[in-house]
Amino acid sequence: MDRILFGDNQFFAVNHLSDEKARAQSVRFAKNEAIIKVLDTALDLGIKTFMCTTHDRISGICDHIRKNPQRYNDFKIFPCMPYAHKYANAVTELGIVGALKEYLPGNIFSTIAKGGIAYAKKDFIAMMELLIDAEMKMFKGIDTPVIFIQNVLTDLILGLGMKDIFRAYHTYIIKKYNAEPGYITMNLAYLLDVLEEVGIKNPIVCSSINKIGFRMSGGKDLYEKTIAEREFRPVAMQVLAAGALRPAEAFEYVCKQKKIESILFGASSHDHIKESRDMINRFNN
Amino acid sequence: MIKTGIIGLGKMGLSHASIINAHRDLDLVSVCDTSNLILEAMKKYGSYEVYTDYEKMINGSDLQALFVATPTKYHADMVIYALGKGIHVFCEKPFALTIAQGENMVELAKKNKLVNQVGYHNRFIGTFNYLRKLIENKAIGEVYHFIGEAYGPVVVKRKESTWRSDSSEGGGCLFDYASHVINLIEYVLDDIKEVDGVILKKIYSSGVEDAVYSGLYLANGLSGQLSVNWSDETYRKMSTQITVLGTEGKIITDAQELKIYLKKENKKLGLEKGWNMRYITDLTDPVDFYLRGEEYSAQVDYFAKCIASSGTLENVNSFESALHTDVIIELLKNKSR
Repeated sequence: MDRILFGDNQFFAVNHLSDEKARAQSVRFAKNEAIIKVLDTALDLGIKTFMCTTHDRISGICDHIRKNPQRYNDFKIFPCMPYAHKYANAVTELGIVGALKEYLPGNIFSTIAKGGIAYAKKDFIAMMELLIDAEMKMFKGIDTPVIFIQNVLTDLILGLGMKDIFRAYHTYIIKKYNAEPGYITMNLAYLLDVLEEVGIKNPIVCSSINKIGFRMSGGKDLYEKTIAEREFRPVAMQVLAAGALRPAEAFEYVCKQKKIESILFGASSHDHIKESRDMINRFNN
Repeated sequence: MIKTGIIGLGKMGLSHASIINAHRDLDLVSVCDTSNLILEAMKKYGSYEVYTDYEKMINGSDLQALFVATPTKYHADMVIYALGKGIHVFCEKPFALTIAQGENMVELAKKNKLVNQVGYHNRFIGTFNYLRKLIENKAIGEVYHFIGEAYGPVVVKRKESTWRSDSSEGGGCLFDYASHVINLIEYVLDDIKEVDGVILKKIYSSGVEDAVYSGLYLANGLSGQLSVNWSDETYRKMSTQITVLGTEGKIITDAQELKIYLKKENKKLGLEKGWNMRYITDLTDPVDFYLRGEEYSAQVDYFAKCIASSGTLENVNSFESALHTDVIIELLKNKSR
């Protein structure tokens, strides 16, 4: 994994501190060209991995990347699935079974379609695989060496104690996509316990890691100890604690923890991206 | 460990189930739903007893606590059955379909001295609690007006109906969205006594309203406005905001931040003259297990603490306070033209 991963929250009206800022961003990135321009800026600054949710709009970005193979020669995407709001809104409206009907490919009431058979047999792993395939469709032909599950799903499964789902996900991502499975979580230590239990070794785990302990369940001390002592490949997100920290102190805190492999951040302007990159490089040494 | 069960495994139910199961003092032993598919998954990948009949679950699982996350029309039967068996109950919102049902639940919980809580999670959000404290401390002088708002993209086009589009089943913007804002206003400011100029607007739905607008009059004499719309796709998710205006300033609060304007510096509260910002990052206590917002974990944790305290901790979001929200919902319905 690259040291710096470029995030996508700034493009899709996600700002953990301010709805107002989020709205302003959504105006700015209403068109795909605006997103591509920022990605190009990052790429020119040497940031070659884009870690993004499987938002519908990403498919437009993928089209652009496929059309310009030379420009994006060594560009990688780390997809994070699913785009939870899509499913959450469907579940609110149609219920869980209704939402499955909407998103499982094929007609679930037709036993001929693969989705129909899986549904009729209550083959949950097969249904999961179909949903993964549906989410991954837009990335066809693009290098996706790591594929993440979003925290809301990771943590839902974690809380429910459905450990075998992690095992099945892990196996499928390696087998079908020849990629490394990754896990985003707000409950780092707890997740590592469970992944270990089902025999997943040295996993890639992305979690909030910041100086003020924001969204770090169990607290900062536990996280520091976990990162230092346990066998996994940490990716740090929410390093700026949703903007509560100044960049310098934020990046210094993360870079000091030598086991952290990659740092995820998002920014919209050339200067901000460059400033963050330079800071990370400086604190690396 | 408190032996806990849950009825209803929709979005809220699954989220509660995950938080309960991860909680150090709660033991999720059994789940109940009508969907075979969901139950099969819970049985296969979890370690839960599964039921399709809630009475069988309550009798078979020796529960101490129960979460009810079904549509509102089922609440009363389930809650009363559980309270009758001496089980502490956490019920999703909106609480009751009729005031009479709500009163029965409130009375029985009181009579049997059981912990009772309703899922109005805004009361566990740091920013709204801080707003409440600022108002109590007269940070903006005499309050003279407020606006309670919530907007989101639940129904943004015409389509087939579900229970959410049937008001007799607890559907509609008033039940689903406005209830949160009404409840929050009562928590932060005071109980609502009277409503006037009520507009219940259908936008895409045919059976229920998609927007609620009204004047509100509180017990302490304060007046303000309610503006709620669940058909506004300019919002990515539900966004709730309370604005309070006073003789000495103004406060605008949502789940993420407070914008506080003061005419004069307030040393006691550490606020400067002019605009002050306070962020959720400084106002939120960490939780042991995070799923989708600290408030969802915090409310479950508080419910567990109340049970463990054997009656010494006071209920937050008690049945009684949730029933008052239902009373106002009823009032808004009756007063609309």
